[in-house]
Amino acid sequence: MTGHDHEHEHAHTPIASGDEPAAAARVRALEELLVEKGAIRVEDVRQRIDWLVSRSPADGARLVARAWIDPEFKERLLADARSAALELGLDPGPSPVVVALENTATVHHLVVCTLCSCYPKALLGPPPDWYKSLPYRSRAVSDPRGVLAEFGVALADDVELRVVDSTADIRYLVIPRRPAGTEALDEEELSALVTRDSMIGVAHASRVETMSPPAYPPFSS
Amino acid sequence: MRYRTGQRVRVDSRTHQGHHRTPGYLKGKTGTIERVHASFPNPETCAYGADGSPKQPLYLVGFAQRDVWPGYSGRGADRLYADVFEHWLEDAE
Repeated sequence: MTGHDHEHEHAHTPIASGDEPAAAARVRALEELLVEKGAIRVEDVRQRIDWLVSRSPADGARLVARAWIDPEFKERLLADARSAALELGLDPGPSPVVVALENTATVHHLVVCTLCSCYPKALLGPPPDWYKSLPYRSRAVSDPRGVLAEFGVALADDVELRVVDSTADIRYLVIPRRPAGTEALDEEELSALVTRDSMIGVAHASRVETMSPPAYPPFSS
Repeated sequence: MRYRTGQRVRVDSRTHQGHHRTPGYLKGKTGTIERVHASFPNPETCAYGADGSPKQPLYLVGFAQRDVWPGYSGRGADRLYADVFEHWLEDAE
């Protein structure tokens, strides 16, 4: 590690290369500076990224599936989702408060972070790109029924739509409704119906007939 | 904790130079305390390297969508919730 309090007479490696987006170049420049000044280490960044990409919606889906089959667990999940995750051996993440929001026949929840991209990453994995986009972040609060329609969700007029803007330290996770015709499924089969989008609130849980993996198009040379 | 669940509160409409976590679209709007979360480090000083003390109480505040957006096109019962720190709230009862 060399100090960097000298005059800038030497040439740095070019910050941006070719088609690198400006935001990516800015982040890379910041990371290089923070490493150079000893504020963080490259290994810390790599560890954080490895943790993030090791998380997946499968963990959140386990919470939901258990709540569907166990009413007492559902009560505990609604009271304190962080403790409920720990009860299943899941990592609820660094946020001290995690809140589960239950969708019912008359109430539908939709989660957004208008200020940045707050998201229950420990239980859902990295957020989708659209979740971080300005159009989603602005329209999810001002025109949520329009946004849901674009995701293919048509809410009945008598359903109360509750948009939750996660503006601070709390992380929110939606418990979608259990689909009809799933009485015979076990917990693992049920968890396969719980998609990432359904836990953000932009979709319902999958129906049973869509459970098999999507077919790939025929391979042609 | 100054507020309790069910109390009517108004989000302060002051401007604030620098980082803060109160969405501009809610400033000046009146809602209801839905949950009393806990106290958290103040993001307005955390953002500049401080430890965020003293911690600030955080509330989930619920609003009628029609109170937030005068031209709201959804249903009348639709609601919007956001987490707001106590020092951004004032009594509206």
